Amino acid sequence: MSTSTQPPSPLADPSPAPSGLRRKLSKWIEPLTLLAPSGLWLLLLLVAPTLLILELSLIPGFRLGQATAPYGLGNYLQIFQPIYLPVIWRSLFFAIGSTLTTLLLGFPVAYWIALIAPQRWRNLLLVSFILPLWTSSLLRAYAWIAILRPTGVLNTVLGAIGLPGQDWLNREPAVFIGMAYSFLPYMVLILYASLEKLDKRLLEAAADLGATPQQAFWKVTIPQTFPGIAAGCLLVFISSLGDFVVPELLGGASSMTVSRLIYNQFLGATLNWGFGSSLSMVLILAVSLAIALLIKYGDKNGENLA
Amino acid sequence: MSDQPKAKRTLTWQFLFTLLMFAFMYVPILILAIYSFNESRFSSNWTGFSLRWYDSLLNDARLLSSLRDSLFVALIAVGVSAILGTMMAVGLAKYRFPGKSLYRGMAYLPLIIPDIAIAVATLVFLVSVGFSRSIWTIIAAHIVFCLSYIAVVVSTRLAGLNPHLEEAALDLGATPVQAFIRVILPELMPAILSGCLLAFVLSMDDLLIASFTAGGGANTLPMEIFGRVRTGIKPDINALSVVLILASGLLAFASEYLRYRGDQKRLGN
Repeated sequence: MSTSTQPPSPLADPSPAPSGLRRKLSKWIEPLTLLAPSGLWLLLLLVAPTLLILELSLIPGFRLGQATAPYGLGNYLQIFQPIYLPVIWRSLFFAIGSTLTTLLLGFPVAYWIALIAPQRWRNLLLVSFILPLWTSSLLRAYAWIAILRPTGVLNTVLGAIGLPGQDWLNREPAVFIGMAYSFLPYMVLILYASLEKLDKRLLEAAADLGATPQQAFWKVTIPQTFPGIAAGCLLVFISSLGDFVVPELLGGASSMTVSRLIYNQFLGATLNWGFGSSLSMVLILAVSLAIALLIKYGDKNGENLA
Repeated sequence: MSDQPKAKRTLTWQFLFTLLMFAFMYVPILILAIYSFNESRFSSNWTGFSLRWYDSLLNDARLLSSLRDSLFVALIAVGVSAILGTMMAVGLAKYRFPGKSLYRGMAYLPLIIPDIAIAVATLVFLVSVGFSRSIWTIIAAHIVFCLSYIAVVVSTRLAGLNPHLEEAALDLGATPVQAFIRVILPELMPAILSGCLLAFVLSMDDLLIASFTAGGGANTLPMEIFGRVRTGIKPDINALSVVLILASGLLAFASEYLRYRGDQKRLGN
């Protein structure tokens, strides 16, 4: 995604062909056969469509089968209307909130697995922790309906120990819980990779020089793992910002987010393709901005990405 | 599973917290599993053990046909992507050409752009070129992200490969094609397979892109599940969850095994 430094090619360059013409041909035929099919596929089904919604987003109120209006910024201005602006803020709020939640919950877990747990258990522990990622994200969100609904498991348990019941389903707390549940494994996975590489001699050196464990943690561990923290936050931020399933299933009518709004413009009742396209472009822009910020400030080598 | 005998060392707050988080990850799944054996249709309280929801699952023609659609889409999309994605990764590792960083950027786009935006763009594209939507358009759209994920996984392995392998094969008289098939491809196989597993899981899990590119004819498993659960709790979906979770658990262990074997091989080099 960036102009990161190219690792030395593991494959030898193609051997020189005998004659000039054949050399020229084989010089181009091989890379073309290898790279052109995927390139064309991505151009046709990803780049061209994205440019197309960029165009649609500039046609105010475009609806399928209707006369098109001249180009304008109407769709983008519509986003700033009082009914839609809170949707943008809410999506950001969910994304930032679930990023911070997964970081706070995930760091101790990754830390324990990577540094404290017995060596031979580490892989198994990590794999077990991220195992739920392999199951359907729909069903993982659905599981929380059974827990959070008014007559669900949570309220049964709360009632049994004499605490007042909570009505969280179809409200914002349910979205936060669902997102934290969905994305915590990603965070732990990336933090683990970073903590595992931590040079423990630095911690010993810090201790030898009289640092308390807390000091060593804040002055050595955190700076050393900062690229991993930044990459984990980016991944969770992007995933939760574009997430549709959790807010749709757990959020109810009150938790409209950008991705749900986009969905409604195309498969829902509204069918305003122009407006939906402008929202998609804003979403893509927000994600690109987050990545640009990471590349600039967080992870200079890009080694924790891709 | 994390209860170790070394209680003296491991009973820190980090350990207890990790235990709590393991519970956070597994209790919801466990609750689904328990309720899948509940007799009652309104599964808020336990009325008795029953396998009726598993039975109704097996007789649910609609659900089974959506499972068939999903498997069809995933298998074809992953099969095509395995070839295209590997070719792309090898091409990117092997050649320098003008516009390479642009090409590489394009190859990573599906990993970055949110699904909803890809879904919308593909729908608009299909409608505007007048292509009728069917199960084949889902496959075409799935190939886009499957080939990216496979290419990324294979690229990582390529970067760790001994650069002299192919040279050695060529020196020993192999043609470039032989060298690739007999020497490089076996080295890449674990990465290709684990990339395929990842792509398969993502394809089976995709709701948005399939919903937007399906048209009338096709109905994948996530689309069917979504249609049912958005209106509330369905006991047969509990049973389905258990079946799918067991299946994906098996896949996860298959993938771990592949990774483990790949690591062993690399260490042997």
